[in-house]
Amino acid sequence: MSETNEIILAIETSCDETAVAVVQGGRKLLSNVVATQMDIHEKYGGVVPEIASRHHIEQMTVVMEQALDEASLTVDDLDAVAVTEGPGLVGALLIGVNAAKAIAFANDLPLIGVHHIAGHIYANRLMQEFEFPLLSLVVSGGHTELIYMKQHGDYEVIGETRDDAAGEAYDKVAKALNLPYPGGPVLDKLAQEGEDLYQFPRAWLEDGSYDFSFSGLKTAVINKLNQMKQKGENYRVEDIAASFQASVIEVLTEKTFKATNDLGVKQLIVAGGVSANKGLREALHQKFDNRDIDLMIPPLYLCTDNAAMIGATASIHYHQGEFKDLSLNANPGLMLG
Amino acid sequence: MSNVLCIDTSNQPMSVAVYKDNQLAVELTVNIKRNHSIQLMPAVRDLMKQAELKPNELTEIVVGEGPGSFTGIRIGMTTAKSLAWTLNIPIKTVSSLELVAGSMLYQKGFVCPFFDARRGNVFTGLYETNYGDIDCLEEDGHTDMESWLSHLKELEQPITFVSPNGDDFHSMINSYLRDQAIILDQAMSLPRASLLYPISQTKEESPVHLVKPNYQRMTQAEANWIKQHKDESTNE
Ligand SMILES: [Zn+2]
Repeated sequence: MSETNEIILAIETSCDETAVAVVQGGRKLLSNVVATQMDIHEKYGGVVPEIASRHHIEQMTVVMEQALDEASLTVDDLDAVAVTEGPGLVGALLIGVNAAKAIAFANDLPLIGVHHIAGHIYANRLMQEFEFPLLSLVVSGGHTELIYMKQHGDYEVIGETRDDAAGEAYDKVAKALNLPYPGGPVLDKLAQEGEDLYQFPRAWLEDGSYDFSFSGLKTAVINKLNQMKQKGENYRVEDIAASFQASVIEVLTEKTFKATNDLGVKQLIVAGGVSANKGLREALHQKFDNRDIDLMIPPLYLCTDNAAMIGATASIHYHQGEFKDLSLNANPGLMLG
Repeated sequence: MSNVLCIDTSNQPMSVAVYKDNQLAVELTVNIKRNHSIQLMPAVRDLMKQAELKPNELTEIVVGEGPGSFTGIRIGMTTAKSLAWTLNIPIKTVSSLELVAGSMLYQKGFVCPFFDARRGNVFTGLYETNYGDIDCLEEDGHTDMESWLSHLKELEQPITFVSPNGDDFHSMINSYLRDQAIILDQAMSLPRASLLYPISQTKEESPVHLVKPNYQRMTQAEANWIKQHKDESTNE
């Protein structure tokens, strides 16, 4: 791929963060602004799609302006506009998509549509150049996937969840434990102080499968809690958290390990919101640090949803000449690859 | 000389108009159930091309702010806001109900625009036109049609009803208001973006970052939350 220094304004509004970034040459972050709505959705115990959309439209131009200001650039310096076209909440995606189209039209700039999960993978390229073939473990509230890449822009999903995503299981177990929203990070923190006393089941599925399943585990945890409550048994929330997390992490790391061996990849990229999980990070480092494979986990600000990752991915589309026209729409169920 | 882009996508119809040198140059109103997100930006591009205007020659944008379909309003407004911001030109907003009432702009009398909000409810308000001027007599809101009609009956004035939603409420209007009601033909009742410009003449320009839809209704989640917390406080 030729080295250029194209400057891309990237927009991401697939869930509850209004995010805009300016990325140069796919690897250099010039600015990265994220307006989060976390505190707004807190009292509802989860993201309310209509409320998310209402906040996106109020934030959109503010965040675009801030991103350009922080990069000390104007619209005239841009070479393209990129936006997350899916997957995500349709009403939320629509704000970013229509803002991007307006900016592209008004300034006669090429328009690029980006897959949100590709974005999570490419967040890592802002830290380190890719070497192929590589494997990516994507773990978030909506996704648990193993994605094999032979070259830029080429995604082969070799394993995925058959029911709940890992992050979803975290949220549901956190709810069952009455933990404050957002449950995932709180659960992770508690798990650090507990022990795997309960040995919840590990869902390995059939031999050789890279797929995941977390709903059985979630049910096992909830059943165990109900049982103990009925019998009046005491338990420490920390131990429940640690036992749940041990099961999730063992399955994630073992399946990922097997896939890296089977496929002989040079790099392992961990991506998505759950890659901020401390327990998972530690387990992956333990498993891979002394192996002949590059383990890449992005810093926390690139794990959660942001637009820098959209700009990094858009650079690949830019070089491959993949542009969208002004009829681009939000696509909440967009497939990768 | 003003070159003005006008947009309203607050309901099923999509309407876009371009004024060039203060004259209406082109207008497109589509009343077919389509996806505003797919249709709007290409329509703006095509109309600008027909008007032989480049985006950077625009001097102002006027947009319908709702009420109507939450998603529809946001598509028009995100587009309008983003254009106004990046082109650094003024933006004005007009109630989408006022825009529809604007069908009677050059008549004189009371006008009631309304949009179907389902389950017998409507978004509506009351306006008075006077040969080119339009005044709001009762603010836009979200209400059930039957109590709104009983209220309008007490005004004892002829009222012209204007709605793009076809004839869903016609028999109800006629049974409540009888001779007092005039129902404007559907073809005359669609939002016409070209009217946004004359109606906006008396409106203030809005700071682009502060422009937001006027939904006239809180979200279900907010309503539930308030109800739940009211219940809790009365139970205590
Ligand atoms: Zn994400």
